[in-house]
Amino acid sequence: MFLNSSVGKKIVVSVSGLFLALFLVVHLFLNFLTVVDDSGDAFVEACNFMERNFIIKIMEYVLAAGFIFHIFYTTYLTWKNRSTRTTNYHVSQKTEVSWSSQNMWISGFVILGFLILHLYNYWYKFKFDESLEVEPIGKFYLVVQLFHQWYYTLFYIIWFIALGLHLNHSIQSGLHTLGLTNQKWIDRLNLISSLYAIFITVGFSIISLYHYLTYVLNNY
Amino acid sequence: MDFTLKIWRQNGPKDKGRFETYEIENITPETSFLEMLDILNQKLIKEGKSPVAFDHDCREGICGMCGLYINGRPHGPDDDITTCQLFMRKFKDGDTIVVEPWRAKAFPIIKDLIVDRSAFDKILQEGGYISVCTGEAPEANSILIPPEVAEEAMDAASCIGCGACVAACKNASAMLFVAAKVSHLALLPQGKIEAAKRVKAMIAKMDELGFGSCTNTRACEIECPKNISISHIARLNREFLKANF
Ligand code: HEM
Ligand code: SF4
Ligand code: FES
Repeated sequence: MFLNSSVGKKIVVSVSGLFLALFLVVHLFLNFLTVVDDSGDAFVEACNFMERNFIIKIMEYVLAAGFIFHIFYTTYLTWKNRSTRTTNYHVSQKTEVSWSSQNMWISGFVILGFLILHLYNYWYKFKFDESLEVEPIGKFYLVVQLFHQWYYTLFYIIWFIALGLHLNHSIQSGLHTLGLTNQKWIDRLNLISSLYAIFITVGFSIISLYHYLTYVLNNY
Repeated sequence: MDFTLKIWRQNGPKDKGRFETYEIENITPETSFLEMLDILNQKLIKEGKSPVAFDHDCREGICGMCGLYINGRPHGPDDDITTCQLFMRKFKDGDTIVVEPWRAKAFPIIKDLIVDRSAFDKILQEGGYISVCTGEAPEANSILIPPEVAEEAMDAASCIGCGACVAACKNASAMLFVAAKVSHLALLPQGKIEAAKRVKAMIAKMDELGFGSCTNTRACEIECPKNISISHIARLNREFLKANF
């Protein structure tokens, strides 16, 4: 049976992870609208479009399910993999492997912590704050003003770095698990994976820093 | 050269095991690691103590018996070699050297540094072969195989079953070993016919025996004495997907 085997499980993890990684690109472009258009109209319009679009509504559930599945399943597999030794080595591993590949659960756990904070700050308020229905531009201010506090900007940047570390390993690893590599492509995919991770980390960080810095400079 | 050796001693599979420290002196740089252990054992026997049990056979890097985890690396601080090909010149005079057995639930310790690697044989018995007798070697031109394919199959076939991949992996996964076997046979015309059945059976056995699953950290590839690439793991994954869908 496919799902009973370690390779089948791994393939399912990689599909769930690559799906999340694809979502990040969409999310990044949406957020960039807050930088491109200072009035906030473009961002609010995009939000409204997403709230009304049927397919996107369904995708919201798929995404939530994807996250929950990814978190629980990878945690279970990480725990299972840890139990393959009765005694650990006395001298810790000296083989030179990439840090991000060895600590996926740690980077994932940091991502999860900030994700909860993030969902509370935005998703929860977008859904349940009734004043935002009357005055949709409030969504734009909600997003932008959070970064006026320096510590939120810092939190988010830490989050994006953890995300970058996670992605640095995961894109090439996911594609490898799907069997999409060979002798020649293995190093190219490593590079693509790192470039994607940098793109995501730097992209999101620029947005947070932009809102923080414009606020600081305007109030100077 | 003089060394302090911290060696794992364990009387049997059930024993808890512990490190023992030995001082060894006047070792020449061209002594191999296993010869150094021979010298230590001679000394221990003369003192009436029990010698350190360790595995070895060919001592020329082809049998894969001599697996030792030395200072945090399978086969010690040199690349692309087995322990029998490791020489004391790779260490500094006065170094402390910690020697441990391969550690994995699927490789139980028999005594001291010797582990039971028969789990690998059990995986091979599930399909690491062609199930009909292919007779004498045929005329080489009767089945044409492109040189790149032959080369890649040969690279995979060079696996000696040493278990360094399992020892190096944080998940104690046997994927590189299984991938080498599956890849080698799947690339060649005689092996292709049973490829689907083979890949499923070998992976099922690997899981059943308690090896972990692969998370693509590449530690196996770095420590493999035969330099087997994890691109063979990608082929294993492809073969597995093909076999299932
Ligand atoms: C936006 C968020 C996330 C994205 C884009 C993402 C992406 C990925 C991808 C693409 C993989 C596939 C790796 C593979 O097949 O080898 C992966 C693996 C993994 N993820 Fe995530 N992930 C995210 C969040 C999380 C969270 C919140 C956790 C929480 C614990 C987590 C834990 C893991 C673990 C443990 C693995 C397996 C690592 C391994 O193979 O060693 N991830 N992730
Ligand atoms: S793949 Fe390499 S490390 Fe693993 S058993 Fe074969 S030769 Fe040894
Ligand atoms: S003793 Fe045969 S490979 Fe080392």
